[in-house]
Amino acid sequence: MDDTVKNAATPMPRARAGALMRTIFGPSSGLLAIVVAIIVLISVLSPSFTSPFNVFALTRNLSVEIVVGLSMMVVLALGHMNLAVGSIGVCAVMSFGFFLETLGLPVWLGIIATLAAGAAMGAGNGLLIVVTKINSFIITLATASLLYGAMLILSKADPFLNLPEGFTSLGASRTWFISNLLLVSATIVVLLLILFRNTVFGREILAVGANPRAADASGIHVPRIVVLTHAMSGALAAVAAILLTARLGSALPSVAQDWLLPAFLAPLLGGTLLAGGYVSVFGTFLGATLISVLQNGLVLIEISGFWIQFFLGLTLLAVVVADKYRTDRAEKRAKGRA
Amino acid sequence: MPLLIIALCAMVLLSAISSSFASTYNVFVILRILSVTCLVAMSQMVVIAIGQMNLAVGAIGGLVAVLFGGMLELYGVPIGLAALIGLCIGTGAGALGGFLIAATGINGFVITLAMMSVLTGLNLGLTESIPFYEMPARLKSIYDSYIGPVPTILLILLVATTAMGVMFTFTRPGRHMLAMGGNRHAAELAGISITRTTIFAHAVSGLLAAAGGIIAVARLGTAEPTIGANWLLASFAAPVIGGALLSGGHISVVGTLIAALIVVLLENGLLLARIDPYYVQFCLGALILMTVVFNEWRSRGKSAGLRQYS
Repeated sequence: MDDTVKNAATPMPRARAGALMRTIFGPSSGLLAIVVAIIVLISVLSPSFTSPFNVFALTRNLSVEIVVGLSMMVVLALGHMNLAVGSIGVCAVMSFGFFLETLGLPVWLGIIATLAAGAAMGAGNGLLIVVTKINSFIITLATASLLYGAMLILSKADPFLNLPEGFTSLGASRTWFISNLLLVSATIVVLLLILFRNTVFGREILAVGANPRAADASGIHVPRIVVLTHAMSGALAAVAAILLTARLGSALPSVAQDWLLPAFLAPLLGGTLLAGGYVSVFGTFLGATLISVLQNGLVLIEISGFWIQFFLGLTLLAVVVADKYRTDRAEKRAKGRA
Repeated sequence: MPLLIIALCAMVLLSAISSSFASTYNVFVILRILSVTCLVAMSQMVVIAIGQMNLAVGAIGGLVAVLFGGMLELYGVPIGLAALIGLCIGTGAGALGGFLIAATGINGFVITLAMMSVLTGLNLGLTESIPFYEMPARLKSIYDSYIGPVPTILLILLVATTAMGVMFTFTRPGRHMLAMGGNRHAAELAGISITRTTIFAHAVSGLLAAAGGIIAVARLGTAEPTIGANWLLASFAAPVIGGALLSGGHISVVGTLIAALIVVLLENGLLLARIDPYYVQFCLGALILMTVVFNEWRSRGKSAGLRQYS
């Protein structure tokens, strides 16, 4: 664990570096090249990849992956983890179904209530971590089981299949041939970029992640930041849950349990560090894009869908090893110059 | 020790609630589940000892399980040989993860997450999610056999636990692992090879996970690709409830064994008490949360006491 702490310092200057374009694209340029190369390769191998219908299906899927990745990313910024992303997600899916179908709330109110529920579950994680001072991995591992169990007990695993037409049509709506759900995710990407670049709260999260003691000494109320960040992670998981429900057209108790891997993959592929103190919002977006393109493309070029996980794992391995090699070389060069 | 009391209380309570709990049949059911859960827990514990995590425990177990099943069904490999090859593959997969961590210096969490994805993908890609059903009858008979008066499964448990206990208490690699987990830099300065210790710990973890996978095949009578898919929670729950520190350097072999027993008793007990199986997940989560909070509170009390006297 402690060797990664050293690395935390290296990418920071890059994040601060100059022009806006460079801050957005700079650290992720390698990943951007990979994503573009894979998109070109798959389009050549399978012309149906770029068909309007496939692009619609791909972007609809991508919208969920992005927000799932961002939900993990915000706690990684703290140097924490949230293994309960999937459990909060499925709880949010089922609460959303409950609000709309059983209580008959209007859609907008249902969305607000679900976001509040997600934020509350995340805040619960944050509070437990702050109060007990136990590793976030263990706390969220336990609450993941707790929340999933509570969802099963309360819902009896009965799905909500009759969501209002006004909401389910959202999942099928498109602008040109891009799913409207992706516009929601893109908005969130922009909001988080602004949060981490331009707001005091965002900078405070990164400061706590980089060095909690230093943050505390410089007057940041660390427990408050931890609770708020976990609440944000929970709210983002709820957003992903609502997007997924819009995509599926019903609230199912069997979804979101497989979010753990994509939740970590997207930010890690994008260069976010486990040690905390550094995030790449755009990198997480690219990481999620890579996952969705691979998932969609491998099926189209007739590689059995069963191999997707294998390729995702290899990609993660390749990207992190290449990134490590690059930062090591940069470090050596910097030392040589000094 | 409080753990042992909890386990004993749970057993007394369960036999009071349900007369079938103490039946020979049910004791065997518990032992069988425990044999897998305990190996899975030990597999994670070894890596926790050096202050890392192995997210690939379930993936290694699952891959070895289907390869073992495939060797038996498709190629008619003798059981002993197939088990040996399976254990080697598990050890190799673990060692590969350890090597990647040591060679690249990347966080073990990320590497084992990637390994988990690669191995699970390999498992699904090879089997296309179709189990191997035709296990030789001898596998079941070995599994149910007795060596002297002792059931073989109980023996497996005892051997694994004793081996771990001996390794961490008396052998050089075991002590090196704990030293590394306790303070990596001090261990390195004392001349311990971090690279070798990391690879060794992950190899042992892979070996135990593979053994868990093979026993799971024997227990179920089929080699299912889903073996190992839900090991993550139990693999961390047992060592942590047993008193291991996630930061490394401190583990308890007996504690892990008892904690694994508590986890199994919880599942079995809720089933016998005819409580909705939906409650199992909830109770398991609550149990982990309560024990870690209790452990933290106790150790904080202890260190506060020490500070007072020093």
